[in-house]
Order: sequence, then structure tokens, then C-alpha cells
Amino acid sequence: MNLFHYISDFLTDSSHWHGYDGIPHRLDQHLGYSFEALAIAAAIALPIGLVSGHTGRGGNALAVVATAGRALPSYGLLVLMFFWIGRIGLLPVMIPLVALAVPPILVTSYEAMRTVDPAPVDAARGMGMGPAAVLFQVELPVALPLILSGMRSAAIQVVSTAAIAATVSLGGLGRYIVDGYYQRNYETVAGGGALIALLALAMVGVFWILERVVVSPGVRRSN
Amino acid sequence: MIQIESITKRYADGTVAVDDLSLEIPDSSITVLVGPSGCGKTTTLRMINRMVEPSSGRILLDGQDIHQQPVNALRRSMGYVIQNAGLFPHRTILANIATVPRMLGWDKVRARKRASELMERVGLDSSLAKRYPYQLSGGQQQRVGVARALAADPPVLLMDEPFSAVDPIVRKVLQGELLRIQEELGKTIVFVTHDIDEAIRLGDTIAVLRTGGKLAQFAAPDDLLSHPADAFVEDFLGAGRGVRRLSFFTSAGLELTTAPIVAADATDAQVAERAAADAPYLLVTDTDGKPLGWAEPKSLTGGASSVPAAELISYGRPFESGRDSLRDALDCAVLSPTGWAVAVDDTGRVVGVASQLTIGDAIRRAHAEKGAEASDRASAAAAGLKVAP
Ligand SMILES: Nc1ncnc2c1ncn2[C@@H]1O[C@H](COP(=O)(O)OP(=O)(O)OP(=O)(O)O)[C@@H](O)[C@H]1O
Ligand SMILES: [Mg+2]
Repeated sequence: MNLFHYISDFLTDSSHWHGYDGIPHRLDQHLGYSFEALAIAAAIALPIGLVSGHTGRGGNALAVVATAGRALPSYGLLVLMFFWIGRIGLLPVMIPLVALAVPPILVTSYEAMRTVDPAPVDAARGMGMGPAAVLFQVELPVALPLILSGMRSAAIQVVSTAAIAATVSLGGLGRYIVDGYYQRNYETVAGGGALIALLALAMVGVFWILERVVVSPGVRRSN
Repeated sequence: MIQIESITKRYADGTVAVDDLSLEIPDSSITVLVGPSGCGKTTTLRMINRMVEPSSGRILLDGQDIHQQPVNALRRSMGYVIQNAGLFPHRTILANIATVPRMLGWDKVRARKRASELMERVGLDSSLAKRYPYQLSGGQQQRVGVARALAADPPVLLMDEPFSAVDPIVRKVLQGELLRIQEELGKTIVFVTHDIDEAIRLGDTIAVLRTGGKLAQFAAPDDLLSHPADAFVEDFLGAGRGVRRLSFFTSAGLELTTAPIVAADATDAQVAERAAADAPYLLVTDTDGKPLGWAEPKSLTGGASSVPAAELISYGRPFESGRDSLRDALDCAVLSPTGWAVAVDDTGRVVGVASQLTIGDAIRRAHAEKGAEASDRASAAAAGLKVAP
């Protein structure tokens, strides 16, 4: 039996499509963790990245934080958190996921603001736009494609890594991998892995659509 | 009127970009700030819309100190055009142009209608309205920049090297269009350039700045060319001052002759009659009166059509009588191997020809007339140049 048979058997087995351990529920949990981690990371990283990019200050400190953040092993951090603070809600899994998502968002939002062409900004000020209008009507719309690409990298990494939640007895699609592994049920392991890979791909699609909707065709990177 | 009263700008690092500059910029005319790179042109311009605040001195707009006015309202009353246009890349051409009207609270429909009018005014096809800036050529973007600055009909227009990033041919066209628009609208324009030819072509008055932000001379272009204040200005004006000054002399008074002109359907006898006027060359025109080329009378013995058009001697580039300057007429005579200039009307039909000798006479006469006039104007310009108290 090859991998594709495992995957198709897993996905076509109707018992996998309902109940507490069914795909819809596990997917829902998985997306829930991912979305929460991404939202927290964005709430932290976006304002810092945008403000320091806008003012041109703090770029070095930001690079250090981002590099350090990237060097953190998510799984190691999870185990550490689990032993340190125990299983208080989602906290032990949220910390590594947020730490994973912050660097790409931070770095790209900083870069996005840094690389905005100064000419339109100068023109906007020169024609009498106030600072808030310049920020929201000129700088952000122009920086948006790069900001979104940072969010997309973060989303892909978080969705792929959220599987580790299962190792500290939380849910999500990681359950199939962990449980299947212990039960030597390779069909479940392969199926869970495939679902996670598909979800990561789906993120690419979601962000593609998002870009179509919110980014002006004048600054879309595909131009 | 914009009165610049002994302004100095010292940047934080100690650079003195503008040093005790005083200028009176008259209404409804183009004032050009020109000078070598780094002489403080941009700094001066940006002090007028308060993008840069002077270290000392003040600027009055219609008698009011601009420092007392709310900065954004002041800027909205002045169009601002920069090099490379600085268009908003995420907005369509129409939306770019409608920016200031929208900021002033016009409703969308009115602002867009106004923007379409302006596209037409600056020579942009309406099919470009829905495009984004990256889909336009540099020259088109620059036109959008001008349209955007004019959108709310501000009395003042500040332009910082608006045409320096486009190629020379497009630049000429854009300069011509600016002059045309100015003729229609009569704005108070302050125009920055480092190109002295552009300054001479566009300026009603020219302020030449020298490095260190000091005013070297403030005069009308004709006076600048005829009476440069010092060696720096003379050097900056470059070679050919005398010939370039001829651009301010109209060709209207130039004496033209129609004697050596024959139409392509002229017979041998008619050619012989024309040749009797002892002209060394005859100008052959087509039956519509458009010039074809010069020929020696003896080569036209079989009638004017005996020499194929392709073998006629080139007539160079004709000048439009009355509209073009004596410089164009002279250029035309010098370019033609026969030494004669061809004058045409606005439809391209020949109205007469003039020899280098005739043009030389006209130049001497014009110089004599201008001499008296220019010294009057030079003293008037000097009076407008305020001395710091
Ligand atoms: N923000 C600034 N801080 C410090 N010095 C400045 C600043 N802006 C301009 N300068 C200096 O002031 C001087 C005048 O600059 P400005 O931009 O006004 O020159 P310019 O005549 O417009 O030159 P160019 O033709 O090259 O555009 C230059 O020496 C320049 O280096
Ligand atoms: Mg400049």
C-alpha cells in the first residue's frame, strides 16, 4: 500500500467525518488555534513594525528580535512552557505559535513602510493632507501588499506548526498524527499530515483572494 | 503676490541652503528659480508652502504672513508639482487628479467631473482615466501631476523640476503645453529648474541663485541675456547669449520677398521672368503653395517641374512668419544651403523668403529698438528687488 492509498482511505472513511474525533471538529480546533495565534501576533507585531517603519526608528532592535524569534524551536518552547506553566488553557501552545508568527509580520511590516516611495508621500503632504490621512490614504495602501505577504508567511507557518498542540493533549489536526503514531495506524498519520498540508495550501489561496479584494490593482505585486 | 522677505534657511546640520533671500513674485506670471545644483532652489520653493520652515525672515502671500495661516489650508491653496510627478500608485488617474477637490469636501461626482475636465486641459486622453500610474509613460504621468495640482483651481502653482525626468522632445512639448495652459489660466507660478534654456523659455521673470543660496540676478529673460549682472550669471547663461536673445525678437517686422518663388506648374517663360529678378536661386512650391525646394534658374529651363522634387536643394526648416522669432528665421537661413530662409503661414504655405542679409538688418534694427526698452525694464526689475533692512 502506498501513501496515496492511506490518504484516500482515511479521507473516504465516513466514520472520520463526524463526531468528536471527526475531521470537521479537528479542523475547527486547528483553525481556532491558528487564528488566535495569528491574531495575537498581528496585534503585537503590526503596530510595532508599522510605527518603526514609518518613523524609521528602531530598525536594528527589530532585526535582533526577529532573528532571535526565528531561532526559537517551536516544539522545544512548547515542552518548556508545558513543564513550566502547565496546561493552563491554550497558553503553552499559544506562546510558541505567537513567537513563530511575530518575526515575519514584524520584519515585513517594517520593510513595507520603509520602502514606500517618498515621492507620493511628499506630494500628499505638499497638497495639504494631514499626517493621519497621509498614513491611511497613502502609506498603508501602498505598503499593503508587503504587509499581507508577511501575514501569509506567518499564517502558513502557524497552520503547519499548530499540529504540535496535540503533543500536550490539546486538539487540532495534530491529534491524527500523534494518536495514529501511537496506535501504529499509518492511515490516520498520513491522512492527518495530508490535511495539514492542504490547509497550508489553502492559506496561500485565502491570501491570494484577500489581496485581490483589499489591494489596489495599481500596487499589486503581480503587476 | 508672494513677497519673500530676507529669508534664510539653515538646516539642522548647519548647511545654509538659502541666505538672506528677498524676492517679489508677481501675480499671474511665471517666475523661474534657476541655478546650479544645491543652490537652494528646492528649499526656497518648499518654504512657500511651508514644507520647510525658514530659520529667519518671512513670506507674505497677498500681504498675509503665511506663518500665521493654517498649514494644510495654505497648501491646498497652492498646487504642488514635483519631479517624477509623485502620483499615488494605488489610485487611478482620475482619482489622483480628484484628490484635492475631495479633500476640500467636494462630492464624488463633482470632483470626478472636474478631474475629467482637467485631463482634457492637460492633453490626456479620457481613455486613461481608469488606468493606474504604472500604466502611463513618464510624460503622461507628469501631465497628471500638473492636472492634479490644478484640480482645485489654486491661484498659486509651485513646480519643482517637473519636466527634468522626461526626454528632451517630450520636455519641449510639456513646456509648450504649460505655456498654453498659463495663457488660459494666468496662475502665479513659481517654477524651479536647473536648465537655463527652460528658464528662458518659460519665465516671465527669472531669479538666478548662486551656490550658498544667494540671489545673483532677478530679471526678465531678455534682460538677463543682454545684461548679465556678473561673471557668475554670464557663465551660467553659457555660450550663444546673443543668438539666444534673438528668441525674444519677433519675425513680424522682417522684410520678406516673393520674387524668387515659382509654383511647380510654372512654364519656362514664367521661370525666366522670375530669374530676371537676379536671384541666385528660385524656390519651387507645389501648386498648393507648400515649399518643395530650391533650384538654380538655369536648371529649370524646361519649366519649374523639370527638376524632380527629390533633387531640389533642401530649404531647411521654414519659420512661421510673425509667430516664430528672429532666432528661428536666422536658424532657418543658416540651415539652408542657399542661405535663404523660407517663411510660411500657419497652414505651411509659403508667404515669402528672406536672405541672411535681410535678417541681419532686421536684427540690427530690433537691437536698436530693444536697447531703449530694455534699460527701462532693467531698472523696473531692480526696483522690485527689495534690499534687506
Ligand atoms: N533636509 C536637509 N538637511 C540638510 N541639508 C539639506 C537638506 N535639504 C537640502 N539640504 C542642503 O541644502 C542645500 C540646498 O538644497 P536644495 O535641495 O534646496 O538645492 P537645489 O537648488 O534644489 O538643488 P538641485 O538642483 O540639486 O535639486 C544643499 O547643499 C543641500 O545639500
Ligand atoms: Mg532641487
